[in-house]
Parts: sequence; structure tokens; C-alpha cells
Amino acid sequence: MIHQDSKVLLEIRGLRATVNGIEILKGIDLTVRSGEVHAIMGTNGSGKSTLAKVLAGHNAYQVTGGSITFEGHNLFDLEPEERARAGLFLAFQYPIEIPGVSNSHFLRLAYNTVQAQHGKDELDPLEFEDFVREKMKLLDMNPDFLDRGVNEGFSGGEKKRNEILQMALLEPRLAILDETDSGLDIDALRIVTNGVNKLATKDNAIVLVTHYQRMLNYIVPDFVHVMQAGRIIKTGGKELALDLETRGYDWVGAEHRAAVEAEAEA
Amino acid sequence: MSMVTSSSYLESLLQGQPQLPPSPLAWFNQLRASAVDRAGTLKLPTTRDEDWRFTDISPLAKLSFQPARAVSTLQAADVEGFYLDEAAIRLVFVDGAYMPQFSTQPDKARDLGLTVTDLSSTAVSSHGTVIEPHLGRHAGFQDNLFAALNTAFLHDGALVVAPRNAAVDAPVHVLFIATQPEVASHPRCLLIAESGSAVTIVEDYVTLQEGAYVTNAVTEIVLEGNAQVNHVRIQRDSPQAFHIGHCAVSLAHASRYRSVSVALGARISRYDLNARLAAEGAECAIDGLALISGRQLADTHTCIDHAQPNGISRQLHKCIVDGAAHAVFNGKIMVRSGAQCTDSTQSSRNLLLSAKARVDTKPQLEIFADDVKCAHGATVGQLDIEELFYLKSRGLSEIAARNLLTYAFGAEIIDRIPVASLKQRLERTVFEQTKRS
Repeated sequence: MIHQDSKVLLEIRGLRATVNGIEILKGIDLTVRSGEVHAIMGTNGSGKSTLAKVLAGHNAYQVTGGSITFEGHNLFDLEPEERARAGLFLAFQYPIEIPGVSNSHFLRLAYNTVQAQHGKDELDPLEFEDFVREKMKLLDMNPDFLDRGVNEGFSGGEKKRNEILQMALLEPRLAILDETDSGLDIDALRIVTNGVNKLATKDNAIVLVTHYQRMLNYIVPDFVHVMQAGRIIKTGGKELALDLETRGYDWVGAEHRAAVEAEAEA
Repeated sequence: MSMVTSSSYLESLLQGQPQLPPSPLAWFNQLRASAVDRAGTLKLPTTRDEDWRFTDISPLAKLSFQPARAVSTLQAADVEGFYLDEAAIRLVFVDGAYMPQFSTQPDKARDLGLTVTDLSSTAVSSHGTVIEPHLGRHAGFQDNLFAALNTAFLHDGALVVAPRNAAVDAPVHVLFIATQPEVASHPRCLLIAESGSAVTIVEDYVTLQEGAYVTNAVTEIVLEGNAQVNHVRIQRDSPQAFHIGHCAVSLAHASRYRSVSVALGARISRYDLNARLAAEGAECAIDGLALISGRQLADTHTCIDHAQPNGISRQLHKCIVDGAAHAVFNGKIMVRSGAQCTDSTQSSRNLLLSAKARVDTKPQLEIFADDVKCAHGATVGQLDIEELFYLKSRGLSEIAARNLLTYAFGAEIIDRIPVASLKQRLERTVFEQTKRS
């Protein structure tokens, strides 16, 4: 929801980034205020997931230009774990499996690390068990998932639920959901998006990275951005996503090229 | 400790043999005598032997080890810490000698439907016909000096018999405690799981001292048709010790053998596990973990022999190597020409925690049947950066993330141990030993 007096959480200016020396992000500008839901859409290879990874601080991506300010901090000064503790959360497109570590142990470690950052009390295993079981109801998750290895043998949908469960536990200020809808059947999509909606408040913000409009039927965005070749080439409201669904991505690219050419001639 | 040459080393090892009291079973005495003869003709392996290429046991021959003396001063309080809550039955051996005062009474096993006793006990005579076809028949000593030495010293040892269709959940704990430095002991186990039975055995090597000693263990496990055996083997000998272990498993029709072996201790350790799927539809899962540091060397050799059709084998072997330690894994999978429709997977995964740590891994497939499904692979490396990033993105520090992943690497094997208290104890060990701060 767009609020008049909401504060800026995330400010990206002229962001450029490379992977293995190849430039993927070629100047991104984006402002996200508290209470807002943004959708970043685009075809495969447009740079959406790279943007998500750069925000979370993956060291395989080199930032070569621009700035990112998150709640007043220069994000580049923060290690990935410091970003997480400051309230930035990335729901992974492909969550990692860690056999040998129980999901409950992992979730509690993450929860307590972030709690400690806020000067709050940590929970012991028993207290945490009660707490996490409540949160799992939000996502219609079977408590058995606590005893299994982190994401070990989880189906695609179960992994995505586990990501949103982490979001529910960590209560981030800014959540970036990278293709959270992929691999979900229609029932799972409804449950997961419903969970996300319940976590959305006027004080936090959500950035959805997605290929399809499907998820946006459930989580209604305030802004839709179209990425192509490492840039945001069009920004609109939720109706833009519906346009993309019916007309595809090509027309946006064509419109953008025409605008660029017109600018060059003028 | 005096310096001796290789041949006098063997003589010194065999010194205690003639003093062993004879068994009332003639075949038992014959078996022992032929092992003595054989041991006298075999030589200590060197790194020129293919099977010992990476494992130089010459330090063993530089020391002289005596047969263990009887121990009388040990109190229950000294050894209770090693007991397992879940174990209904326990056999305790101290420096190789059976300790009835620390072991559960034989009638306790009988109540559960098992025969569990010391091999030297008079009870063994009454099981002579059950034992004779198996003792010394699976772990052959013709070409194996250490098995020959062990058999030459056959006296005390663990005998576990699960009669037909007996199913016992509670594990049988066979605990070998080393208390004296500069001695050699020859632990021995024989487990016979009769048809349709199900039993769990924990073979546990621990120490109350930090000195150098030799543990030379042999275990034979026999699974009759449809039998199920869970076998856990934990080696936590002293950091100066030498541990040589040999286990031979024979699987009959549709039997299922699952084992988890963990090597934590010893300066030099070597474990050979040979499983023979001798009849159709047998199944085995053989997992291992070596967690070593300092100047330790841990060598695991396994051979899974698919001799008959429709067998299944699963193997995951892991090594976590720190300091200047050296881990060796040689995993042979043999699929004989008659063993059609064999389904076998093997994976060797290794984690190096320091620049001087070393792993030599050699998966070895020998397939003589044409309709089989076999997959194997080996990896050696450091922690995965995607896994590290995932944990850091959830707020964990670099060190916490590394510690957790290293722990997880080992815990994946430990998790497969079907005895909760042992699992927890070992998980703590893995965490403490790999933790950085």
C-alpha cells in the first residue's frame, strides 16, 4: 500500500554489476518505501535474479557502479549477514539443502541471531518449538519439517514454504522474493502468497521478482517494473502486469527502443 | 619401549600366545594353532603392497608391544561413562579381557531372546555347532597377517546369536576399553543373525589413557535369509594408538545389513570391511565417517561383493580432515557375472579443513554382469560457497556458518546411527572437534 508519509527503505541509484567480468546490471534505479509491494518482472536473463543476489550481498557478483542505501546505511559496507540482521531478507529461488542440520536447529540459529541484534531475548529449543509451530500454521506446514535436514528432500513447494517461514521468523523490513512462485502448484501458491500477505505491514516492504503475472493475482503490487538487459525499462501499476500477461514482453522492449531512438534524434 | 626389527616384532606379538588356556572344543584349538602357523609365515605389509600404498604402518614395527596384563583395579565408575542408555545388553572387554563384572548377565540376553556371551565362556561349548561353521571362516587369515594374529590370540571375544525370527530393538553394546600402554589386544566379535531375525550391535573402541597401544580387531557377521543387522562401529582409540580392524560380513537371501562406522581416534587406523552378498536379493548400506586432525592417518578399505542377482548396495563415505592429517578411502564394488540386476551406488565425499590436510580416495568398480545399475562418485574440497551464502543471508556469521556446515557434513553420517544417545554424543564430538572461533 502506498502511504503519503512512508519512509524510504531502499534507494538504488545507477547500479551496475558484473559476473565473471560480464556486465549484467547496467544502471538500475529503484526506490522502495515502507508499506509498498514492488514486482520486478522480465524474461530469463534480464538480470532480475542478479539484482536480488546483489542486494543480499553474494560475492560472486561485483558491483561496478552506483549506490544502494538501505535504511540510511550504505549497503555495500555490510556483509551478507549484517544485511540480514539489518532487516534485509532474500527468499531464494533455489533454497540450499543442508543434510545433517535439522531444520529446527537452523531456524532457531537464524532467529536468535537476528533477535540478539535487536537486543531481544533468545529462545531455547523448547520455547522456539512452540513459537515456530505457530508460524508454521500460517503456511500450512507439517511440523515434521522441523526434524528433517534443512530443505533435505523437500519438494519445490516445500522449500518455498520453508523460505517464507524464515521470513515469518525473521520479520525483515525488506523482503525480496526471488521467483517464489516457481515450482508451486495452485494450492501451494495460494497458501504461500496468503502467508506473505499476512506478513506485509505498513512498516515493511516486499519486492517480488517473478517471470509471470500469476503470483500478482494474490499479492497485489503497488508498482510493476519491467527489466530487460540489465535495466528497468518500464514502470507502472498492477495493470502493467496484466498487460504483460496478455501481450508478452516484446512490446515493452519495442516501446523502449523507440523511446531511446526518439531521444537520440532529439 | 624398545626398538625391534620387523620379524622380532612379530615374535614379540606372538609371545603371549602359548599361555592361552585350551578350549574344550578341538576345532577351536586347531583354528588357533593354524593361525599361529600362518602368522609366522606372513610379513608386515609395507607401502609397496597395493592395499597399503598410502598407509605406512612401519611406526608400528618400531615399538614393542606386550600382551596385556590382567587388570584388577578398574572400578565400574571408571567405565560407566561409556555405557549406552538404550543398550539392554552389554559386553565389556578391558585390554581384550572379558569383564563379567561390567557386563550384563547372560540371562538378561536370554530373556530378550538372544544369546550373548564371551567366546571363552563354558557356554560357548554348548553353541559349538552354531559357531564352528562361522568362526574364522569369513575373516580369512591366509593372506592377512593381522587377522591371523587376531585368530592366533582367539580367547575372549563377543558372541551374539539372534535365533530364528528373534527381533530385538535394543542394541547389544560391545565395549572394548584400552587401559594399558604398550600392549596389544585382539578384540574379536562373532554375530550370527539367524533367518528372519533382527538385531543391532554397537562395536565400540574407547580408551582410558593417551599412550601408544595396538588394537587388532576382527569381527565376523553372518546374516541368514531375511535377517536384518544394524552394525555401528565407533573407533575412538587414543591419539597415539594403532588400530587395525577387519570386518567380514556374509549376507544370505534377502537379508539386510546396515552399517555406520566412525573413525575418530588412533595415530594410525585401518579398517577393512568386506561384505559379500552371497545370495539373491541381499541388501547392504555401508556408511562411514573419518574425522581426523593433527598427524592422524585413517584408512578405510571396503569391498562390497555382489555375487548373486538382484542385490542392492548403498555406500556413503565421508572424511573430514584437519591439520596435517591424512585420510584414505578405497571402496571396491565387485559385481560378478551372475549378479544381474544389481543396483549399487557409492559416494566418497571429503572435506579438507586445512592446507596440509590430505585425502586419497579411490572408488573402484569391477563389473562382470551386463544388466546392472551402478553409480559412483568422489569429491574432495572445501565448504560450498552457495551453502555459506545461504546461511549468511540468514544472519549467521562467516564462522558460525562454517562451523555449522562442517558439523552438518559429519552429522549426515552420524544421523544414520540408530541409537539416539550415541548419536547425540558423537554429534557433540563432531561439533567440538571441527569448531573454529
